[in-house]
Amino acid sequence: MAKSELELSWKDLEVGCVVSEPGNASQYRTGDWRSVRPVWDTEKCIQCGVCYIFCPDMAIKKTEDGYFEADLYYCKGCGICAQECITGCITMVEEEE
Amino acid sequence: MGERVGIEVSLAAAEAVKMANVDVVAAYPITPQTHIVEHLSELVADGELDAEFIPVESEHSAMSVCCGSSAVGARTFTCTSSQGLALMNEIVFIAPAMRLPIVMILANRSLSGPLSIWNDHTDVMSVRDCGWIQFFTENGQEAFDHVMFSFRVAEDPAVSLPIMMNMDGFVLTHVIEPIEFWDQETVKQYLPDFEPVNRLHPDNPVTMGAFGLPGIFTEAKMAQDQALLNSKAVILEAWKDMGDLVGRYYKPVETYHVEGAETVFLSMGSVGETVSLAVDQLRAQGKPVGQVKLRLWRPFPFEEFREAVRGVKQMIVIDRAITYGGVGGPVASEIRSFLYLEENMPTITNFLCGLAGRDVTVEDYMAMFEKTEQMVKGKVRQEDYIIYGVRE
Amino acid sequence: MERFNVYASRLITKKEYFSPGHRACQGCAEALAVRLVAKALGQNVIVSSATGCMEIVSSPLPFTNWRVPWIHVAFENTSAVASGVEGGTKALIRKGKLPDKGTVFLGMGGDGATTDIGLQSLSGAFERGHNFLYVCYDNEAYMNTGIQRSSSTPFGAATTTSPAGKLKPGQVTWKKNMGEIAVAHNIPYVATACSSYPFDLIEKVKKAARIHGPAYIHILSVCPTGWRVPPNKAIWIGRLAVETGVFPLYEVENGKYRITVDVPELKPVLDYLKPQGRFRHLTPELVDQIQERVTREYNQLKAKATL
Repeated sequence: MAKSELELSWKDLEVGCVVSEPGNASQYRTGDWRSVRPVWDTEKCIQCGVCYIFCPDMAIKKTEDGYFEADLYYCKGCGICAQECITGCITMVEEEE
Repeated sequence: MGERVGIEVSLAAAEAVKMANVDVVAAYPITPQTHIVEHLSELVADGELDAEFIPVESEHSAMSVCCGSSAVGARTFTCTSSQGLALMNEIVFIAPAMRLPIVMILANRSLSGPLSIWNDHTDVMSVRDCGWIQFFTENGQEAFDHVMFSFRVAEDPAVSLPIMMNMDGFVLTHVIEPIEFWDQETVKQYLPDFEPVNRLHPDNPVTMGAFGLPGIFTEAKMAQDQALLNSKAVILEAWKDMGDLVGRYYKPVETYHVEGAETVFLSMGSVGETVSLAVDQLRAQGKPVGQVKLRLWRPFPFEEFREAVRGVKQMIVIDRAITYGGVGGPVASEIRSFLYLEENMPTITNFLCGLAGRDVTVEDYMAMFEKTEQMVKGKVRQEDYIIYGVRE
Repeated sequence: MERFNVYASRLITKKEYFSPGHRACQGCAEALAVRLVAKALGQNVIVSSATGCMEIVSSPLPFTNWRVPWIHVAFENTSAVASGVEGGTKALIRKGKLPDKGTVFLGMGGDGATTDIGLQSLSGAFERGHNFLYVCYDNEAYMNTGIQRSSSTPFGAATTTSPAGKLKPGQVTWKKNMGEIAVAHNIPYVATACSSYPFDLIEKVKKAARIHGPAYIHILSVCPTGWRVPPNKAIWIGRLAVETGVFPLYEVENGKYRITVDVPELKPVLDYLKPQGRFRHLTPELVDQIQERVTREYNQLKAKATL
């Protein structure tokens, strides 16, 4: 896991400040941003994948049963999935304190 | 050893770029660099040079194309002057931060305004802080030799920095001089293939040009500064190897008649040869005069310079650029700043001359020497800088 | 309407070449567009990016969200950098130093970086005929620096440098037509797309990647922050842009126009303008002006498509 920038000495930097670990920003927990999160009603979900395709944060993943759920590490709670869901099976629920 | 020919220096430089087997040339025409790029495009059109000649639509794009091609590991070359350098200024500062080993010939020309196509050093002096390795050539042979040197130093994995080779516009670019070419075998011995430290390629995806938050920016600059300082070792070795191969040994600071000199001229670039003639004449008059030619500008050659001016009492610094309302011409202000911390700092007069192609003759240099003597004898506080030869 | 197989999402590759954990706003349809383009192109690509939202949210040293090779140099020179990447690779392949893998060279930039400050380098790259794909992510203003107007800001939109005030109705000029500018350069492929129509977008990107020569795709990227719509409506608003004819989805292959998402009867532009805070100051007269222009331009496009 890469260190935050405040922990690096100038000698830790790669030549030209290149970042050679692809996608290492994925350690950043954008899930801390949200105040609501999506909840799927699997009774109504038709497993179409529309929610998955429209998520700007790649924060929707498939469960073992083929339904979908939010990746809470990343989900920012934007609500696009709930808005776009064809059957209306996604509800945005307030995050508890 | 290769043949010795009389050839326009621009064409010789282009031939050297060809011999270095460059992969990409991206340049925009600007007087007085034009002959270099024209000849390169001819060499490509005739199949003598296998390279992508990318005729960009501005100098800003020229330097940007160079960043892209250097980033994929292509040996990259460009050249420009004056306004072109000013236009690409933004990217000129970015290239060394990204450690991209681009080679650029700067055909020195004055910056506008008023518009001038003629030679002086205002263009190169406007980018002192850019982070490139910078050095000066004095004649056609040096220009030819230093193309090979530039690729070798820039692309060395211990360096990986862009390098700016200065040659005076018109004064060098457009004159015919006798130049001894290297043969291709010698080039091969001197210049290895380019193996980039980092390369953009799908097999090993890297990110180049990430942005720097306040918490990391200082560290990034420290790393870049160290890289430039450390390049000196590679530079010295490259010059030594060149000498061993072709018999011409170059140094960061060249000296002429400094033994026993009390007064030395400091010059950079092609005026050096005229200054040497003045030194000869003054020596013939019994004056203890010498000359220091500053070849390596960045990284500044502290030890060699200190050694060259040891025991000198008076320096006449020739500047070919002006800094308005400042403490002196760019070179003089750096020399004064460096020598301030030394013991027995010499007094320094600073003459700004040869601006935008105005001729500076042997007599002019003798006059500068006279003026300096007067100021020293009369114990006149030396003016910060004198714009020499201006008609009142 | 787009031929819409409700299960089409399952046919798209599951791989993410643009990783999660990026710092785009909630509901950023531009980030979604980047994600979709990355899926369409896969691993065998080299990306040159302009300064802008997508660059900033994805590359804070020492981190990166990119799982493909990516370079950022400056704001206005993306096409020049991409030209160098393409030219350098081409030379190295020809000289036997690199194998030819058919790598796609992508240049990406926002509307500011493309239609304003970067127009020169884009035009130059088109004229030189480099084999690259340029994607413009158009969120209709300089969003990253705080929602200032660009030449892609539509007429009547309020931005921080074209605010709606007592004397001015927001942006007083009409959106620069980048699609037409690209077509005028006679490049082999030009298209418009929107992240609200993901399959249309992906098909176009794949098609453009196969083109030899310059290709240009202009993607309407809804910005809830700058357009003042709730984040969850980003896709919905983008769809309205297409359904009202404000942003028609078409492609031009070697000068031949084709509307790819047909809208038999356009909805009134007011449907699109009303939900957006950046248009809330518009008077009925201004809306009429916009409607007249949208209808006229859509008919002109339809006429070209039937040639």
